[in-house]
Parts: sequence; structure tokens; C-alpha cells
Amino acid sequence: MKDIDQVVIRFSGDSGDGMQLTGSQFSNTSAQMGNDLATFPDFPAEIRAPQGTVAGVSGFQVHFGSIQIHTPGDEPDVLVAMNPAALKANLLDVKKGGTLIINEDAFNELGFKKAGYEANPLEGLEEDHKVIKAKITTQTKEALKDIELDGKSKARCKNFYALGMTYFMYSRSLDPTLEWIKEKFAQNELLQSANTMALKAGFHYAETIHAQANTYSVASAEIEKGVYRQISGNTALAWGFIFAAQRAGLELFLGSYPITPASDILHELSKHKHFGVKTFQAEDEIAAICAALGASFAGALSMTTSSGPGIALKSEALNLAIMLELPLVVVDVQRGGPSTGLPTKTEQSDLNMAMFGRNGDSPAIVLAAKSPSDCFHMAFEACRLSLEHMTPVILLSDGYIANGSAPWKIPDIENDFPSITPQFATDEDKKEGFLPYKRDNEKLCRKWAIPGREGFMHRLGGLEKENETGNVSYDSYNHELMVCLREKKVAKVCDFIPEQVIEGEVESETLIVSWGGTYGSVHEAVKKFNLEHDKTVAHVHLQYLNPLPKNFESILKQYQKIIVCELNRGQLKEYLNGKFSLNALGYSKVQGKPFKVRELIQFFGKEV
Amino acid sequence: MTEKPKLTKKDFTSDQEVKWCPGCGDYAILSATQMAMSKIGIPPHQVCVVSGIGCSSRFPYYVNTYGMHSIHGRAPAVASGVKLQNPELSVWIITGDGDGLSIGGNHLAHILRRNLDVNIILFNNEIYGLTKGQYSPTSSPGLKTKSTPYGSLDRSFSPAKFALGAGASFFARTIDTDPKHMIEVFQKAHAHKGTSLIEVFQNCVIFNDKVHDEYTNRKTRDDYTVRLEANKPMLYGKDQDKALIQDGFGFQTVPAAGNEDKYFIHDPSDANLAQILTQLDGTNGPIPLGVIKEDKDHVYDEDFHQQITDQKNKMPPADIKSLLFSGTTWEVN
Repeated sequence: MKDIDQVVIRFSGDSGDGMQLTGSQFSNTSAQMGNDLATFPDFPAEIRAPQGTVAGVSGFQVHFGSIQIHTPGDEPDVLVAMNPAALKANLLDVKKGGTLIINEDAFNELGFKKAGYEANPLEGLEEDHKVIKAKITTQTKEALKDIELDGKSKARCKNFYALGMTYFMYSRSLDPTLEWIKEKFAQNELLQSANTMALKAGFHYAETIHAQANTYSVASAEIEKGVYRQISGNTALAWGFIFAAQRAGLELFLGSYPITPASDILHELSKHKHFGVKTFQAEDEIAAICAALGASFAGALSMTTSSGPGIALKSEALNLAIMLELPLVVVDVQRGGPSTGLPTKTEQSDLNMAMFGRNGDSPAIVLAAKSPSDCFHMAFEACRLSLEHMTPVILLSDGYIANGSAPWKIPDIENDFPSITPQFATDEDKKEGFLPYKRDNEKLCRKWAIPGREGFMHRLGGLEKENETGNVSYDSYNHELMVCLREKKVAKVCDFIPEQVIEGEVESETLIVSWGGTYGSVHEAVKKFNLEHDKTVAHVHLQYLNPLPKNFESILKQYQKIIVCELNRGQLKEYLNGKFSLNALGYSKVQGKPFKVRELIQFFGKEV
Repeated sequence: MTEKPKLTKKDFTSDQEVKWCPGCGDYAILSATQMAMSKIGIPPHQVCVVSGIGCSSRFPYYVNTYGMHSIHGRAPAVASGVKLQNPELSVWIITGDGDGLSIGGNHLAHILRRNLDVNIILFNNEIYGLTKGQYSPTSSPGLKTKSTPYGSLDRSFSPAKFALGAGASFFARTIDTDPKHMIEVFQKAHAHKGTSLIEVFQNCVIFNDKVHDEYTNRKTRDDYTVRLEANKPMLYGKDQDKALIQDGFGFQTVPAAGNEDKYFIHDPSDANLAQILTQLDGTNGPIPLGVIKEDKDHVYDEDFHQQITDQKNKMPPADIKSLLFSGTTWEVN
């Protein structure tokens, strides 16, 4: 048995092969065994793309270890390929000397043809890889021969057979998955025993053929004490919203329309009606945000969740919310664009749309979550800022952190979070007639007066309004005043957000800037780079994009060279260069995938 | 015992100057709505008026209630959010033929389908007024406007057929020159549980003057309209001298006298009858005014809140901590 500190496994097969489930079982088990980990599900937009083709390959990568893990890993140490297409789609990524677990049953003439191979791709693979061939489908069926299921259903258990093999190779406990099977198939004993037997058969098979070979043990990671769970970004967002509503003493209203990769937030919130959560699946993206805005007017903590194409449709209503000065949280789980783009792949290319995608001078608060578990925190922050500053907040997530999951130390909700105090209109405010657009000096916020309350009747609208009264006004100077007031109001938010923290080697000449879902990769790259090089780099990772943290400009001015890393063609870089007259360099990637640590280190090496 | 002071139209009148064109039909509709609201007797602070964009959509500014002048076509969606958040409010949507049937057609269809308990007043003047005179989805084919100098090629939308097609539980039609009738219809719409859609024939004096002339001028109106009332025969004409009677899947007009045995009795809860009544479009008999359809059905906002109540009763008390600790957790020491 060999001790290693980290391993990357990628499970890969047809989109109907159950690879997402296999991968998440492996991660759950590893998390429960005390490893730190990060995952990266990568699947096609089609539900069942043509079987056996490269387009239909679905993958799930797990990076686990006894050290702290920040990314799902650059190159798999192990690839499980359930068919030739899976091999073709992933082989180039696999580490030299890595292990390939091949389902031999699918490696036939038909399989090669569908995958676009002219000859058997397994020939010659052994030169660079350790190849483990197994007739996974046949052996699964054989193991289940006494179970009264049809052949197709038996074959469907092959993912658990493959999972069993990897469990043996990395000394995983079978118990968490056995427990899961028991619960999942509580109503169907046949499937319960079939999956149990497939898992065990795979485990024993690996034990038999590898009796002499290496198995690996990955010790528990040194992680902070506490109670942990696994969480995906989308679930964390949903829970963060429920928590924020409770903290603010408000009902939560979600208006949403299904869209990849944001729908899971709608699904999750729809489950929790007993928390008083109201979910409304509207007829389209526009109706979804409009209903949320209506509910906000009527006193709810309101939100709408979508992705790029949906956010584009919402821009007019979002602008109305900015004009009305009502709280509203808009979540954009970014995916590859433009247009329909790459629905299931990740990207950070909606930053410009979030910052500027509206008519008029129309500033919005823009936040971005940095990891799956950070989504809980940033959901809370989005609600806090929107409610306390009476203006919409755009919260950027992305496909990678939305679907990826990581262990999360469950926070102490009583003590780790501030209060949320919306400013409602009080009796004092109606003494001399209620003025809906009268503001406080500290935040320049107007008061929230909710329909149904006597004495606060007022009319809101998208037309420019007179200062304080809110009556329609086309006066030119009043318009300029109101535009500037709305601008100042958002700018003042910087007094109510945390200052920017510098990571990496603060005393460096070069500063790396990143934002949103790339934190894991950039943090890891900076750490490794600084260990390996004499010239070091500092790192700032932005979660508050508009307004920027108060000390951000002074941080930028401390460094001679600035490199902005982002999964778009340089949107934050251009913004910072314009705003602060910098000459920052960009490292850009738009392949629908997260950064690899290695590629970042290479770029730093070239530029620093 | 102190009695609540009676509400008057003044209670529903805001301090804002009304800015429609002189002679616009909107004034009469505004006034009738304020009258209807005062008669219904809901306190103004429990009313919320939501509109889209267009001449008619300036309406909320003039009503002394809560209100929102939202964006083009989206009032039904905004109002859905208002009503779902606070079902106690009396929610009124103001829209026009362009706002409601063109840019906002989708939302109008879906609010009718869901059957939220709100009232929608659709001002139909068959023209775009605020953008200065382009044809609308209800304009007659051939209409010459700024955007159709050689005549409109579009077939026109029938709000009644649209409403019934979308599953409306209440559809009525009234006319801006008849305040008494408008007030009655608005009161009935408010009393109905579910989405009430009221089409108001409204005259745009500037861009489409007299478009509803045959239904409004004294000389022709009695012969071109029939006032429907539940449980009453469909009689019309100056001296109620004509009767609509059933003729296969349609209607025919006969002299009222001598045909008493063939009289057709109006029943708004009869969905088939409502369908046939939508066929009467002014070219083939009188146009029906009044409540054309009203039936009971599931009300979305009631079911919406019932589901939440049911879940609250069924589930253990909502506790954020137990949510965070649900499923698999593990301890690191």
C-alpha cells in the first residue's frame, strides 16, 4: 500500500451511463473519510446525446487528498472510460503515466466508429499509461445473473461496478455508498441488491487482478475542526437566501424560469415551502423578474435566478428596479456565451453585462461568489446589501461553482453573520405626508413603504421622478440630480462591505487579480508559484465588483505589474485599466472550462 | 359604534394633474374606476393599481392608492408578484390593446390561464396613441396609419376570443361613453374570484377618432349593441324590439314581439354560449356588452398559499439549522 497526498480521478462515459452519480458517490465517500476535495461535473447540453459519440460524453472529476484542495485538478491520475468516445474525449488530459480503466465491452468496431476512431485506440496505450482493461458490462451482468432483472437493467448497474473498482484502488470504504443504495432503492429490493452486488463485484474484481499491484491510501486532510457537509454552489445559494430572509424577518419570493445551469436553485427553493418560501415559475424570464419586482414592492425579499441569455431578457425590468429603488436580488449563473453559447460549460463573460447592460446611467451592486460553499455567504451578502440599500444586487456565480461541490464547514449561523435591517417607513415619516423618495444621509436610501399600510400610499414608475415626492418630473436639473443620487447611493455601499484582503506574498512586485469562481485555481497557482520561484506574486480575489472595496485602488497602486486572470476576453482587466488608468495584463481563457493551475503558473513564470 | 365613513370618488383621486388629450375616453374610464372603487368600499391603501406602458398606463398616477407604472406589456407579471406576496390587496391592472395584446400578449395569456384574483381593464382604441398613431393588433385590416400608409396587412385580434382561448374565468365588455355601465361591470369584475378581464371600447380622439362610433352614437348604438344581463333574454334595439335567438351554432335576429318562446336567456356560466358570443364582432349582428363569461374555477393565489400552509402543517417547524445539518455530515476533530 502506497501513501499519496492527492489524486485526481475522472469518471467518463455516455451521458446515460450514470457518471455524475458515480462521481458524486466517490466524492461523498472521500469527504466522509476525511479528505478535502473539489469536484468538476462536465456534461453535454443534450439530455441523451447520440450514444457512443464524443458529443455525448459526460464526465465527473474528483480531486481529493490529505492536503487542502482548492481545484478539481488539472490532469486526471486516473481515467475511467466506459466507451471509446470517453477515451477519445479525455485521453489528452490524462497525466503521463496515469491509469486508464477501460470498459473493454464497449471497445468494438461499432464503438470505434461512433467515436471516430479508425483503429483500436487501445493499441500502444501501454507505452505512456497503466491500462486496466475489464469487461465491465459483461462482468456486471454475470455478477447479477441470479437477480430477476432484464439484461438492460443489469447492464445499467455497470457504473457501480466501475465505482467498486476505484474504491478498492484507493482504499475507500464501501459503507457510505451501500447506505445510499439502501435508502435510494428502499422501495425496490431488486435494484437495491443489484447495485449492491455490482459495487461489491467491482471491488472484489479489482482486488483479484491487482492483488500484487499498488493500491493507494489517501490519509485524512488537516482541516479545520468542525462539522462538515458537501454542498454545491446552487444549493448553497438557495440556502443562503432562505437564511437571509429569516434573518431579515421577511418572506422569500423567487420568480424564475428554467435555464441551465441555474434551474437547481429554483428546484431547491421549491422544496422548502414550509419555510414560507414562495416560488413562482413564470411564463418567461421577463415575467420572472417582473413578478419578483412586484413581490418586492409588496414587501418580500425577492429574487430571480437565471443565466446569461435570461439575464439579457431581464435587463429592462432590472432597470425598472433600479429606478424604483426597490430591493431585488438577480442571480446570474454564468455559462459560455454569446447567445445560447455553451449551456453546460462555465465562463465569466457576463461581467460587462452585469456592470453595464442597461439603458441610461444605471448602476447596480455587483457581487461574485468564489467557491461552491462561498455561495451561501454571498447569497446572504446580496440580500443584506439589497435590503439595506434599497437597490438591486446582481450576484454572479458560474456553471463550475454552481454544479461543483466541496466540503463545507457548516457555519455558526447565530454568530458568523450580521443582522439585516431594512428601513421601513415609520409613523414619523407620514406625519407631514409621506415622501417616497426622501433619503437618509448615511446611505442615501429611501424608505420601504409596503402596500396595505394606511397613510403611505404612493405611486412608483419608470418615468423620472421628482426628488423626494416621487412625482413624475421631466425637469432637466431634477433628472441630473436623480441620476447622480442613484449613482452616489450605490457608490456609498463601499462603506458597508469588507476591505480587500491581499493573499500570496504581499511584498512582491507583481499582483495577480482574479474574481468570482476562479478563486480555487488562482489561489493554488499563486501558492505553488511562490513555493517554486524566487520572484513571488501577491494575489487579490474580488467578490465585490461594484462598488469595489474602499482600499482596492491603493492596493493596485502598490504593485508595479498587475495581471488579471479571468475566464473571458479581459472584461475586468479592461474595466480596471479604464477606471484606474492602469496597464494591467490579462490572462484569458474561454474554453468552457476552469483554469488549470499549471497554465497559470506557466503564464506567471513568463511574465513575472 | 362608529360607522366607517363612506368612501367617495375623491378618496381615490390623487393630487396629480391628469394629462390625457382633451376629449380622450380615458377620463371617463378613470372616473368610472374611481366611482366603482368607492362603491365597492375597499380602503384606498388596500388597493394596488399596476400598469404597463402607453396612454392608458399613466392611470396609476391619478388614483390615490398604491400603484406602479411598470414596463411595456409586463403589468400582469408585476401584478402577479404583488398579489402572490399579499393576497389581501385588491389588485387592478391597467393595459391597452398594444400593451396587453402585442408586447405583453404572453403575460396576459398566462395570467388568465393561472386565474389569479385580479382585475384587468383593457383600454381598446385599436391604435398606438403614445407613439403617435401606428396600427395595433386590434386595428381593422386595411387601416391606414403612419406605419401602414398603404393599409395594414394584419388580421386583427379579438380580445374576447383571446381571453376565452386562454381560459379566462371572467370576460366582460363595456364602453367609455357609458359611465353607469362601466361602474356596474367593474363592480362585477371585482366581485368575481379569479382573473377578470374587461375590454373597454375607448375612443382616441387624436389618432383613431370615432373607431367605435357605431356603438356609441345615439343614432346607431341601440341597433349595434346588445346589453347582456344574466338570466335575461338578449333583447336590443331602441325599444328593445329585437331579440337574438339561437340559430345552429350562432345567432339570428328576430322581432322581439311574437317570438317570446324562442328567447335566448343569457347565462355567463355557460362556456359554450360565451364562445358563440365571441363570434359576434359587430359585422354579423349587435356586439355584446356586459359580462359575457363568468364561471368559478381554481384561483391561483389561493392554491399557492394553501400549498404553503399544507407544507407548514405537514413538515416539522422550519429551522435553518436542521436544514444545514440535513443529509450526510461528518465531524473533523
